[in-house]
Amino acid sequence: MIPTGGVRRGYDGVFACTPVSIPYRRFSINSAHWWIGRALRELLNGAGLRPTDIDGLSVSSFTLSPDTAIGLTQHFGLSPRWLDHIPLGGASGIVALRRAARAVQAGDADLVACVAGDTNHVDSFRKTLTNFSRFAQDAVYPYGAGGANASFALITKNYMNRYGARREDFGKLCVAQRENALRFPHALMKTPLSLDAYMTARPIADPIHLYDCVMPCAGAEAFLVCREDTARSLAVAGVRVLATIERHNAFADDPVQIRGGWAKDVDDLWAMSGVAPNDIDFVETYDDYPVISMMQFEDLGFCAKGEGPDFVRGHSFTHDGDFPHNTSGGQLSVGQAGAAGGYLGLIEALRQLTGTALGGQVADAKIGLVSGFGMINYDRGLASGAAVLARAA
Amino acid sequence: MTAALARPKRKNPLARTRLPLAAPSARSRTAHGLTLAAAEGRFALQVCADCLTVVYPPRDACPSCLSPRLPFRDVDPHGMLVSETTVRVSPETYFRERAPWRVGLVKLDVGPMVLAHLHGDAREGAGVRLALKLDRNGAPVMFALPENDTPDMADDPELREMTCDPKFRRVLITDGRNSVGQAMARACVEAGAAIIFVGVSDPWKPFAGDEALRVLKPVEVVPLDLTDSESVNELAAQNGARVDIIINTADHVRAGGIVDSKGVTTARESMELRYFGLLRLAQAFGPVMRQRGADGVNAASAFVNLLSIYALTNWPAYGTFSTVEAACLSAAQNMRAELRSGGIKVINVFSGPLETEWFQALPPPKVAPAALAKAVIDALRRGSEDVFVGEVAQDVRARLEVNPKALERELGE
Amino acid sequence: MSAPDLLSFAKAVASGAIRVVDLTQTLAPDFPIITLPPELGQCAPFRLEEISRYDGRGPAWYWNNFSMGEHTGTHFDAPIHWVSGKDLPDNAVDSIPPCNFIAPACVIDCSAESRANADFVLTIPFVEAWEGRYGRIASGNWVLLRTDWSRREPRAYANLQEDGAHTPGPGPEVVKWLVEERDVLGFGTETIGTDAGQGHHFVPPFPAHFYMHGKGRYGLQCLANLDQLPPTGAVILAAPLKIKQGSGSPLRVLALVASE
Repeated sequence: MIPTGGVRRGYDGVFACTPVSIPYRRFSINSAHWWIGRALRELLNGAGLRPTDIDGLSVSSFTLSPDTAIGLTQHFGLSPRWLDHIPLGGASGIVALRRAARAVQAGDADLVACVAGDTNHVDSFRKTLTNFSRFAQDAVYPYGAGGANASFALITKNYMNRYGARREDFGKLCVAQRENALRFPHALMKTPLSLDAYMTARPIADPIHLYDCVMPCAGAEAFLVCREDTARSLAVAGVRVLATIERHNAFADDPVQIRGGWAKDVDDLWAMSGVAPNDIDFVETYDDYPVISMMQFEDLGFCAKGEGPDFVRGHSFTHDGDFPHNTSGGQLSVGQAGAAGGYLGLIEALRQLTGTALGGQVADAKIGLVSGFGMINYDRGLASGAAVLARAA
Repeated sequence: MTAALARPKRKNPLARTRLPLAAPSARSRTAHGLTLAAAEGRFALQVCADCLTVVYPPRDACPSCLSPRLPFRDVDPHGMLVSETTVRVSPETYFRERAPWRVGLVKLDVGPMVLAHLHGDAREGAGVRLALKLDRNGAPVMFALPENDTPDMADDPELREMTCDPKFRRVLITDGRNSVGQAMARACVEAGAAIIFVGVSDPWKPFAGDEALRVLKPVEVVPLDLTDSESVNELAAQNGARVDIIINTADHVRAGGIVDSKGVTTARESMELRYFGLLRLAQAFGPVMRQRGADGVNAASAFVNLLSIYALTNWPAYGTFSTVEAACLSAAQNMRAELRSGGIKVINVFSGPLETEWFQALPPPKVAPAALAKAVIDALRRGSEDVFVGEVAQDVRARLEVNPKALERELGE
Repeated sequence: MSAPDLLSFAKAVASGAIRVVDLTQTLAPDFPIITLPPELGQCAPFRLEEISRYDGRGPAWYWNNFSMGEHTGTHFDAPIHWVSGKDLPDNAVDSIPPCNFIAPACVIDCSAESRANADFVLTIPFVEAWEGRYGRIASGNWVLLRTDWSRREPRAYANLQEDGAHTPGPGPEVVKWLVEERDVLGFGTETIGTDAGQGHHFVPPFPAHFYMHGKGRYGLQCLANLDQLPPTGAVILAAPLKIKQGSGSPLRVLALVASE
């Protein structure tokens, strides 16, 4: 008999600190290397560090080819003793945090720079789609080449048919996020969005319309992971990690995706964190499409499966509402800088929990939930992860 | 309900011709198992040899038991259309031009979820039949058809993109002197072709069926001698832009092998008509057809070769004939690669001996010209690339797959 | 006899005092050729394949390769062409004495008869009647059968029906007679073949071939413009290609005619 159910160790003594964002631009002629380099530099400056102080590096990017993390060590003049390249798209932030946390706990590294960045040339989006995955090449891209838009249209349609979600429900989330974004200085979307404008926007792939889709852009985000004593010696504000989960290719037998991997491990998440959904002060979901945010509310324990539409109808999602959600605007209003989209929520959570929000600050934010998702290999997102974070005393 | 195709209007001579574009055509090596099935008009998926799980998308290890033994097998194509969407915006120009374009997720009865192009009559929540089609550029795609045939279903715009349906198209039958060419002309009339050019060489030499051919509507008899470059070029210069489908019916069949034959003149005649004739057609018509691959409802779409099954393996009793057919097969494969970018399908229709004069002494089963013609129309309607007509052709093909060396010996007896 | 004045001859040709009549059909792919039963070997039709035409294949020049049979278009038949002449000396195009390529011709007009009857057969009485008007056929002359068949469009020219070709030609007796009694150099026609279209039914079959070549005489076929020649007095230049052991060849047949 194979022993299972090993007790998961907590994240005592681990700090996530110094959130860095390089303001997004719609198009950039620079390389991903340039964007990642800028984020690293800001990270070092913010903590008063030199490049040689970094002994761990985690990189996520869709446009770094032909390089991976190892190429960047020489490119940037770093000599880490711990190196990771995480190609998990929207789950990259959560997974980077998990990996780096264990490294510093074990003493394999003291200061891990976690960075995600992507450029956006005029043909980056199309090129990324054509080379996204083998299954996408063989079985998705030839079918209308709608990319993720078509795949999520099918998921959205199915979810609407099954659970009675209406476009207005998704629109409510988008409208609230736009309101949050108008306060966020780096958001690429700068005009208010009304529900009417959302409903009458141009159709992309039925039932998905223009404001259901993120805008691909160039940008970078970064943070440091270290032990608490390191953070205090650097005099940087940090955030505790109460719990994390990660799950890939869950529920493969669901004909159409109606839930993400979180639903499999959600009980572990809350048990490990020592708190309950009611204790959460804000939630940063991964919002490539509003239907996925709705699924995250269900799968992360805020309501039962299928109650997402009612949950949305019954709450307010601005930074000062009763369920602050995607408080900097989410990708739908800030923009999706490739893999950096997988960091957006985590970076915003670090700011909220250190009282340094660039936009609307959630009052007395003590505990936050961040969720990641992504990698539409064929017909569903395979990667998922979540973290419960807490303000350091 | 599919709207019946309207007869296309005459092309505006001042309008620019839309150039053919490709839908995404990259496929992994394993995925070409789908290409093989689509080329032959079959529906096949990988079935794990160890645990019998049916698998899609194509892959290299079974998702149930990790077995590497995942051969393609014909499977039941029925399923349920679970969710559909209409793509209106796409980064690929091919689909931008053809938007709105419906696709949907089908749950197959045999297991996998399949993203497929949708026939207009395939409805969400209803049963469908999947088919593997070759798209305009020969890449395999899944296509969901309604469970039962519906009226005018061949006229569905998404389906017509995948096929070379002769309806409203203009066909050139290269040789009307023989019974196959004449049967082909009649079959094209029935299939709704707009014009049927029938090439006839040596107008000074009478032939059986001449009168009947000339009164058939909408047949237009044109001079065409595949052994004469000038003749082929002249026809192409005059009518090349009005030919959407070419069916090469020119034949040259003689019994006899090599060692016991005398002289090379008969072989040379054969090669001149069949192989060099094919080259001339390809050079004269290929470029203009390739340019017109996206030119509206009656875009140029297919080049059909009628080949002997013995192109694949020599039959010494008709040895020289087999050799010439083999040359034609290789040339056809060459043409296929060169014409693909223009959305022109090269369709090879293989048959065993025909019910024609030069196979007269052979016993049945033989393929009647009308049956061959029907198979060609069927191949055009399906958009298949490799078609095997009649018992002999299918028998040879089956034996080739199992042990080509045994077949070589058997044919040589 | 004093030495012939060749320069005056050349001047006469240049000035038009001697007219040059081209008796040759243009070698083109659409010109009908002899068609045998399909089980037998066939004569190759004339075909032209461009090598280059001031283009990438050859920037400053235009040239072609061509292919055809020895008996394609306007052509010469040598005795070796027929079984009856196979063992005669000097019987191939490369061994025939070149002096035989220049010879006078008698032109027998049966165009009216041929127009009325596609299977018109030339007979001894018909020739004797012609001789009555124009004089005895001298030895070493070509006998050319004028039928105006060369003016017909291709289908009527070949005139193929279910039982074969129907074109005019000589009967067995007259050919034998022309060789034995008049010692002709050879026989020439406007049709495909020196024999009548139905000549395979004569006894012997193909008598023009059988008797002419059997006695070492020659044939000319697919001639044109015979209507421009006088009944006697024209001189024919017909020199076939010097093909090794050739049975015949396409050639340029010219007639020299004194202008009026």
